[in-house]
Amino acid sequence: MKVHVDMSICLLHGQCVIAAPEVFSFDDAGGLVWVTEIDDSQVADAEAASDACPEQAIILG
Amino acid sequence: MADPRITIVGASLAGLRTAEAVLAELPQARIMLVGDEPHAPYNRPPLSKDSMEALAGGQAPRAEVFEKLLLRSKIMPGQIEMRLGVAAAGIESGNVRLEDGALLRSDFVVAATGIRPRRMPMQGAADRRHVLRSFDDAEALAQAMRPGAQMVVIGAGFIGCEIAATARKLGLHVTVVEPAPQPMLRALGHRVAAAMAALHRRHGVTLLTGRSVETFEAERVILDDGKALEADVIVEALGSRPNTEWLAASGADLSDGVLVDDRMQAIGAQNLLAVGDLARFANPLFDDLPRRVEHWCVPGQTAKRAAATIAARVSGGAPAPDFAPMPSFWSDQYGMRVQAFGAPALAETQTVVEGDLTQIGVAPIVVEYARGDHLVGVIGLGAPPALIARYRARLMDALCAPVTA
Ligand SMILES: Cc1cc2nc3c(=O)[nH]c(=O)nc-3n(C[C@H](O)[C@H](O)[C@H](O)COP(=O)(O)OP(=O)(O)OC[C@H]3O[C@@H](n4cnc5c(N)ncnc54)[C@H](O)[C@@H]3O)c2cc1C
Ligand code: SF4
Repeated sequence: MKVHVDMSICLLHGQCVIAAPEVFSFDDAGGLVWVTEIDDSQVADAEAASDACPEQAIILG
Repeated sequence: MADPRITIVGASLAGLRTAEAVLAELPQARIMLVGDEPHAPYNRPPLSKDSMEALAGGQAPRAEVFEKLLLRSKIMPGQIEMRLGVAAAGIESGNVRLEDGALLRSDFVVAATGIRPRRMPMQGAADRRHVLRSFDDAEALAQAMRPGAQMVVIGAGFIGCEIAATARKLGLHVTVVEPAPQPMLRALGHRVAAAMAALHRRHGVTLLTGRSVETFEAERVILDDGKALEADVIVEALGSRPNTEWLAASGADLSDGVLVDDRMQAIGAQNLLAVGDLARFANPLFDDLPRRVEHWCVPGQTAKRAAATIAARVSGGAPAPDFAPMPSFWSDQYGMRVQAFGAPALAETQTVVEGDLTQIGVAPIVVEYARGDHLVGVIGLGAPPALIARYRARLMDALCAPVTA
């Protein structure tokens, strides 16, 4: 599954980092980074992250 | 119960997330989602923030503003039935009666009807008094938010403070009237609340604390000390009332929202569950006192829980273990994010662990909240998420450690 974050609407709530720490994280500069191609074992976490994002910035496909 | 009929009342965040979670657990369930608003489920937090600014400033047409608020959903057309623009009127033998007379036969009813703003009982100034909960409320208020207008906000909770901040940005003159000594006092505690008061004043808000409204005249708000405030726009942001009238005959405890157990089942009503802002439940992370929690994260958390409960009851499976979700909320004021985890409202003491409260809005601040010796919450003020994340982890460890006291 592919993971994309629309950085034009992401407001850095960081909820995705909490819900799916293996997929989303902050880099040293505090920016959001994520794994763009995830395997089946990470899908549930990524979906939870997408639901937890108050800006609906995470697109899974 | 092969194909259970599940009626979800309230077509907003909690209702939609419940429908999704039930479908994921029980694909054969027959789900009916009922909502009294004419709109498809949408997101409320931007209504006091960006969406309000966009509607009032006229930068974007209303349809475009609404489009951005629509909640994206995993539900495919035809997977559930939706009845929008019709309210539930009552419960009859466990079934839902709609105001148009229809009776929805239900094996389970999920109450997701949320809350509505409380209003001042006094008459007067009806042409300029507003509340903010729905998109329609936001549109009406936005129309009145003209640059240079005099706005009086009654109540300095989060919604009142966010409206004040947005109104300042739009060029209104803003006075906030609050009976408590500080804004957002219960949620933030006195030190952080005092810093937030300073932030509002720095941005030109006249903040009258320890004051309440006595009466409304045609174009003025009269306070308890006799002071008269000119008002082109009045916003009542006094807190909320749970929408439980339709549940009067359900047998549930409705003393403040719907009292539910740790599986979201209403106490006193077999087949009723409640989710979102409406549900009053205990969180074992803190104690055993049931509380309603009006945070955006709660609908998602309680929806999953309710769906798991329904699935377990349908299949006769075992109940899942304890429900102890980590609360979080945020607020945006003057471009500064307030981000909280845990339950700062339960704390007795506050410790600034990063930055300095006099630097609010300028430099990052993190504050830890404790009850006795136990951390119960953390709040970041303009703090980068990566920084707050470290303190959230500390809080998580503290809350999950066995209590020895
Ligand atoms: C302006 C505003 C700003 C906010 N900002 C933040 C924020 O920054 N951070 C944060 O954490 N939270 C924020 N919140 C809170 C968050 O939006 C709520 O916690 C969330 O909307 C709760 O969802 P819910 O589905 O439980 O209830 P609601 O969203 O209130 O939905 C209940 C639905 O049920 C409908 N209904 C009521 N009675 C009936 C009936 N009898 N029959 C049928 N339908 C009925 C209502 O019309 C409504 O559509 C904000 C809320 C508002 C209003
Ligand atoms: S939760 Fe959403 S808004 Fe927040 S950092 Fe993640 S993608 Fe961005």
